[in-house]
Amino acid sequence: MSGSQGTPPTPGACTIRTEDLCRHYRLGDALIRAVDGISLAVRSGEFVALLGSSGSGKSSVLNLIAGLDRPTSGSVIVQGRNLAQLSREELSKYRLHTVGMVFQSFHLISSMTLEENVELPMRFAEVERGKRQNLAHNALERVGLVARMRHRPGELSGGEQQRAALARALINRPQLLLADEPTGNLDSRTGTEIMNLVRDLNRQLEMTVVMVTHERALAERYAERLIFLADGKLMGDQSNRSAAGEIKFQGERS
Amino acid sequence: MKLPDLTELALRNLRESVLRNLLTTVGIAVGVASLVAMLSLGIGLQQLASRRLVKSGLFDTVLVTSRRDLRNFGREEERTGPAPGESRILDEPARREIEHLHSVLEAYPDIRFITELRYDDKPHLTMVGALPSSARSNDAFDGMQGSFFSSETAAEVILQKSFAEELLGKTPQPGIDETRVAELAAPLLGKELTMRYAQRAVAQSQISGANAHAGDSAGKTQGNTSETAYSVISREQKLRIVGVAELDPESMRGPTRARVFLPLRLAESLHVMQPTDLREISRSAGDEPVYSSISVRVGNPTQVQPVENAVKKMGFNTFSILDATRSLRQFFAVLDLFLGIFGSLALAVASIGIVNTLVMAILERRREIGIMKAIGASDADVRTLFFAEAGAMGALGGIVGVALGWTIGQAINWGTNIYLKRQALPPEHFWSVPWWLVAGAIVFAFIVSLVSGLYPAGRAARLDPVQALRYE
Repeated sequence: MSGSQGTPPTPGACTIRTEDLCRHYRLGDALIRAVDGISLAVRSGEFVALLGSSGSGKSSVLNLIAGLDRPTSGSVIVQGRNLAQLSREELSKYRLHTVGMVFQSFHLISSMTLEENVELPMRFAEVERGKRQNLAHNALERVGLVARMRHRPGELSGGEQQRAALARALINRPQLLLADEPTGNLDSRTGTEIMNLVRDLNRQLEMTVVMVTHERALAERYAERLIFLADGKLMGDQSNRSAAGEIKFQGERS
Repeated sequence: MKLPDLTELALRNLRESVLRNLLTTVGIAVGVASLVAMLSLGIGLQQLASRRLVKSGLFDTVLVTSRRDLRNFGREEERTGPAPGESRILDEPARREIEHLHSVLEAYPDIRFITELRYDDKPHLTMVGALPSSARSNDAFDGMQGSFFSSETAAEVILQKSFAEELLGKTPQPGIDETRVAELAAPLLGKELTMRYAQRAVAQSQISGANAHAGDSAGKTQGNTSETAYSVISREQKLRIVGVAELDPESMRGPTRARVFLPLRLAESLHVMQPTDLREISRSAGDEPVYSSISVRVGNPTQVQPVENAVKKMGFNTFSILDATRSLRQFFAVLDLFLGIFGSLALAVASIGIVNTLVMAILERRREIGIMKAIGASDADVRTLFFAEAGAMGALGGIVGVALGWTIGQAINWGTNIYLKRQALPPEHFWSVPWWLVAGAIVFAFIVSLVSGLYPAGRAARLDPVQALRYE
């Protein structure tokens, strides 16, 4: 099921690359340029934060990297494959095995227990039932929710739901974790809890993390690199390890 | 996704909005029930009709006559084969040959003669016919008073109702309800009739004397036998009345039908002078009888045609009422078709219910579909999931519907039989749910549901995950 574990990504190699990425929508007569010519590169094992205000296009970029959306023009190349050229079927396989996603509103299926939610991606990946239950148990153990695995999402707190969502995102062992405002619906204490988990995954499993957020403080605390977007354009790309306040502007187009 | 996972997910989704899915399933069940009810009524009626027809003996019987018999039942004459005068005689060897044809159950001579029966010292002239013991199962004897012949040679007689009326001096009056057979039978059963008839006896002793003279001319034309002579002797036979039958077992024979019936072997042993004897006098005067016609009973109405063809090839004329079954089958095919169409209408309405339920489910589960796609479900996964839900509703509705349809059928059957009982009619089985209808209805409901799921499933599969996830 997963070639994902077969070849561990070489640290430092480029795993995500976008070239002149555009995503335009037509809304009535108006043309919305949600993503407008963004070129960036993310190395394997990097923890990157996409920062920007509402409507800056950060979530749209994330959806394009996730293979949930297709670019109007330009390309998204993940592990050497141009997502724009993949078929719908290949894209769903890509989402299944290569990417794990967490969302602001958790997006757990309310009619299923935590265990079933976590198992669901493995059903699509056609993992055997016995193996599936084992893996789901381990994943929930890692996020500290084994005791609540028979509960439904509605019976849990936001933090617990997001931890379950994280367990689900990681269940097929993706190399890439994409998080869309993962702490947006959580108080700061639970938010920190989640972010610590994400950081541990990044460090222990050398997982590449791309996180969308509008909270600069959060991004500065956890991300190695901050990418600023506004109006669908790249406004800045800043290493968080380098001297504070040093912002390299690049890729800005008139 | 694997099939067990798919089924599990589909069933859990159905359980989630249990009322709506249940109502949809009930809709399918009612549709299937009406389809099953309509079709089983059609099939039941058809079986009833053909059961009656087969029992009546009209549709599995072929009448065989010699081409020498120019009357030929008033039918068009055979134009092929030898001329009437040269064609084969319908005698005992011919009968045996016909009896050995494939799928022929029996071939018995058609013995009938007009003669005088004396009852209560009054003479009554009527047509007398002979019946083989297989006629016992004939529909015409269903409501018979008394019993069938105790043996094939018993000196017993069964009367047709109208003759019984004649014996008792009752004349049926038009417009007035017919007399009950039971009333007629009561004074007649066990009584004796005296039948006076002309016996045809081979006159061996007289032949030698007359031989020199008669043999000359006969020898020239015939070239073989010179002993062409028999005598006719007047005889009497006492017969006991054992039964009175309401219906006319020989309605297909028209004016030549008999009203008094003897056992076949008894009739044969009497050697009653037959009308054909006079015609065939120059050909066969031996002990071997010549028959005016032979009734051939075939195992199955569908085999009537091949048997008829084979008998025609032997050089005889045949007659059957095969054509009637053909148009009857056609009638029932059309009836079944219309009943099926009416039954299907309900199912069509139910299938719209499925479409509605699933389209509503897509709207309701938009976010869920988006989530499934975001975590790696393919279009095919989503499509098959919705298909499975539609199929599960269809299969469940089909099973419940067949059970419901069967119950309705049983109830109507029961009700109708109570009505028939009140009308003093024998009970009947109108309702027939053959196994193929059970399996067919369930499969049909399943297929209709899948077809109904086609559009919703396609729509769910095409759902844009980004849009769907935005939907709260």
